[in-house]
Amino acid sequence: MNVLVVLIPVSLLLGCIGLLAFIWTVQSDQYDDDQGNASRILLDD
Amino acid sequence: MAAVCPACVAMPDIEDIDTGPSLQFSVPTIHCAACIGKIERGLRGVAGVQSARVNMSLKRLTVKGPVDPAKIESKLTDLGFEVYPLDLEALNSARDMIGRSLLMRMAVAGFAMMNVMLLSVAVWSGATDATRDLFHLISAAIALPVVGYSGQPFFQNAWAALRVRRLNMDVPISLAILLAAGMSLFETLNGGSHAYFDAALSLTFFLLIGRYMDHRTRSAARSAAKELTALEVFNAQRVVGRDIQTVPVADLCVGDILSVPTGARVAVDGVLLSPAALMDRSFLTGESATMDVVQNAQLQAGEINVGAALTMQATAVGEDTSLRRMAQMVETAENGRNSYTALADRAAQIYAPAVHLLALLAFVGWALATGDVRHALNVAIAVLIITCPCALGLAVPAVSTAAISRLFAMGYLVKHATALERLAEVTRIVFDKTGTLSEPCIDVPTEMNPEARAVAKALAQTSNHPMSRLLVAALGDTKAAIVEGITETAGQGVSGKWQGQTVRLGRGVWLGASFVGLGLKIGTADAQTFDATEAPRKGATAAVEMLTLPAEIVTGDAERPAQAFAASLGLPVTANVRADEKLQRLQAMSEQSDKVLMVGDGLNDTAALAAAHASMAPASALDASRSASDIVILTESFAELPLVLKIAKLGSRLSKQNFAIAAVYNCIAIPIALAGLATPLAAALAMSASSITVLLNSQRIRYVS
Repeated sequence: MNVLVVLIPVSLLLGCIGLLAFIWTVQSDQYDDDQGNASRILLDD
Repeated sequence: MAAVCPACVAMPDIEDIDTGPSLQFSVPTIHCAACIGKIERGLRGVAGVQSARVNMSLKRLTVKGPVDPAKIESKLTDLGFEVYPLDLEALNSARDMIGRSLLMRMAVAGFAMMNVMLLSVAVWSGATDATRDLFHLISAAIALPVVGYSGQPFFQNAWAALRVRRLNMDVPISLAILLAAGMSLFETLNGGSHAYFDAALSLTFFLLIGRYMDHRTRSAARSAAKELTALEVFNAQRVVGRDIQTVPVADLCVGDILSVPTGARVAVDGVLLSPAALMDRSFLTGESATMDVVQNAQLQAGEINVGAALTMQATAVGEDTSLRRMAQMVETAENGRNSYTALADRAAQIYAPAVHLLALLAFVGWALATGDVRHALNVAIAVLIITCPCALGLAVPAVSTAAISRLFAMGYLVKHATALERLAEVTRIVFDKTGTLSEPCIDVPTEMNPEARAVAKALAQTSNHPMSRLLVAALGDTKAAIVEGITETAGQGVSGKWQGQTVRLGRGVWLGASFVGLGLKIGTADAQTFDATEAPRKGATAAVEMLTLPAEIVTGDAERPAQAFAASLGLPVTANVRADEKLQRLQAMSEQSDKVLMVGDGLNDTAALAAAHASMAPASALDASRSASDIVILTESFAELPLVLKIAKLGSRLSKQNFAIAAVYNCIAIPIALAGLATPLAAALAMSASSITVLLNSQRIRYVS
C-alpha cells in the first residue's frame, strides 16, 4: 500500500497541470469564437 | 509641439500603429470558413490594416490599425458582404466576464470531481479502515475549497431568493451541496463509512455546465441586440447661423433649428420651416402612402423625410416628445409580462418544499424509530442528495439553450428569458401590415418598352432615394442604357441626356404630369407613371399558409390598401386602427382568454407588442418596437415563422418530459433513500444517469423540422 504515497500526489499533480492548462486557454480568449475556430481548420492559409 | 527632426515627425505615427485603434463591424452574412478566408485575405491588402479577425459566433469583424473605416466598408461591400460599423462604446466591453467566471468555476469543479471520483472508486470497491479514512480526508481537502469556490453562483441566487422569502431551484441545490459536504466532513472525521464528496462535486459540475450553456446562448443574443442599438443613429443636424453642427439628440433644446437630410429620421417633435416636404409616417401610423405637408405643419419624432432636405424648429425634446410618451405607454403595458412565472420556477415552488418536508420526515421518523440521531441525519441528507435536484435544475435550461441557439442560427433572436415558454402557449396571431407583412415595391407597367426600362434603370441607379432603390429592384436584370450628364435635384428627381434627348425620372409634379407619384419622361413624350404598391414580404405568403393558428391583420393604414393586401394573403383585416386602439384590441382578446402573438414593427405597434402574450419584431423595426418585443427577426424572410412556433411548442413539451424523467428517477430513488439503503455509489449513479438522460432528451429539439 506504500505505493499510494507516490501515486496519489502524482495523480493530483497531473490533474493540476490539466487545470492550469485549461485556465491558460480561458485567459487567452480561446473560447470566444467556437464556430469560427471549427471552420478555420478548413482554411488553406 | 514642434518637430525638430524627420524622425520625430514619424514618431507619433509609429505609436498610433502600436496601439492601433480597433474598429468593430457587424457582418451578418458570414456563415462559413470560405467567408472568413475571403474577408481576412481581402482586408490584408488594404493599406493600414494590421490585423483583421472575424468572429463567426458573433458575426463580427475586428480590424486593428490606423485605417479609414469607410475603406473597410467599401472593400467588404466589393467582396459581397453586408457590413455595418459598430460603436465600440455602445457595445461597451467586448469581454464577457460572467461567462468567463462560470467557465472557470466549471473547470475547477470538473477537475475536482474527477480526482475525488478516482478516490471514491477505490472506496466503493472495498477499501476499509485507515485507507478509506485517508482517501476520505484527501477527498475532503480537494472538495471543500472547490465547493466553496464553484458553488458560489448557486449560493448567491439561493440567498437572493431566501432574502425575499421565496424559493427557487437554487435553494434545494445549495442545501444539497452544502449538507452533503458538511455531513461528509463530519463522517470523515469520525471514521464513518459513507462520504458524499463526489456527489457534492458532480452536482456542482453538472449544474455549472447547464448555467454556462444558458449564459452562452443568452450572451450571443444580447450582443446581437446591442449591435442593433449601435446601428441606430442618435445624432441630429443643428443649424447655427450658416453652419450645420452634428449634435447628440439629447443635447437639443426647444427652439433649435434642425436640418433633416433626405432619408433621415426626424429626431424630435417640431414644426416645418421649409415651404413643403414629403414625409413617410408608416412607422408612426402604419399608413403606407407618403404625406405631403406644407410650412408650419407639425412633425413628430420618428417620421422619415423622403423629399428634399428640410429645416424644422424643435417644439418638444427629450421626455416630452411623442416618441417618449409612447415608450412610457410601453413600460406600463410591460408590467403585465413581468408577472409571468417561468416553468422552472413553478416546478421549484412545488419541488423544493416537497423535498425539504420529505427529508425532515425521514429525519424525524428514523430518529424516533432508532434513537440514532447521526444515522437519521445521514438518511435525511441522502434523501436531499438523491432526489435529483440536478436533473430538475437542468430540465429547462438544457432545452431552452438548444432551442435558442437553433433559432439564432435561423435568424430569430430570442431576447426575453421566458419568451419561448410564452410563445408555446400562443393561440392567436395578430400581424401589423406596413413594414411587417408587407414591404413597399414599385410596379413597372407591362406596356413600358425595353428602351424606357433601360433608361429608367440608368437614372434610378445613380440615386440613393428609397424609391429609386425600389425601382432598381423592380427592374431586375434589365440592362441599363447609357445616359450621360446625370444630375439629381434633391427631393424631386434625376435627369440626364440619352441619345440627345433629355430624360427625367422623378415626382409627377416635377415632370409636369398630372399624377403625383414617381414617373419617367423621355424627351417631349408624355410622362409614364410607376405605381407604388405593396408586396408581401419574402416568405410571408408561405408562412401565413402554413400557420395552424387563427391569424388576422390589424393596421393603421387606410381601408382600401389594407383590404387589397389582406385579400392577397387571405387574412381578415381591420384598418384605420390607432395605436391605443390596437392596445385595447389586444387587451380585449386576452380577456376572452386568447393568448396573442403580436408581430409588428412600427411605433404604433409598440404598446401592443408589449401588452401581447408574446411578440416579435423585424430587425428593420424602430428601436422602441424592438425593445418591446420578445423576439427580433434578423432575416428578411418570414418563411420560417411556423417552424419557430413549432420549436417553441416542442421546447415546452421537452421541458415537461424532462421533469417527468426526473420524477421517475425520484420514484425509484426516494424509497431506497428513505429505507436508509442509499450509498454514495447509488447517489452518484442516480445523479449521472438522470442528468445525462435529461441532456440527451433536450437535444431532440435540434432535429424538429
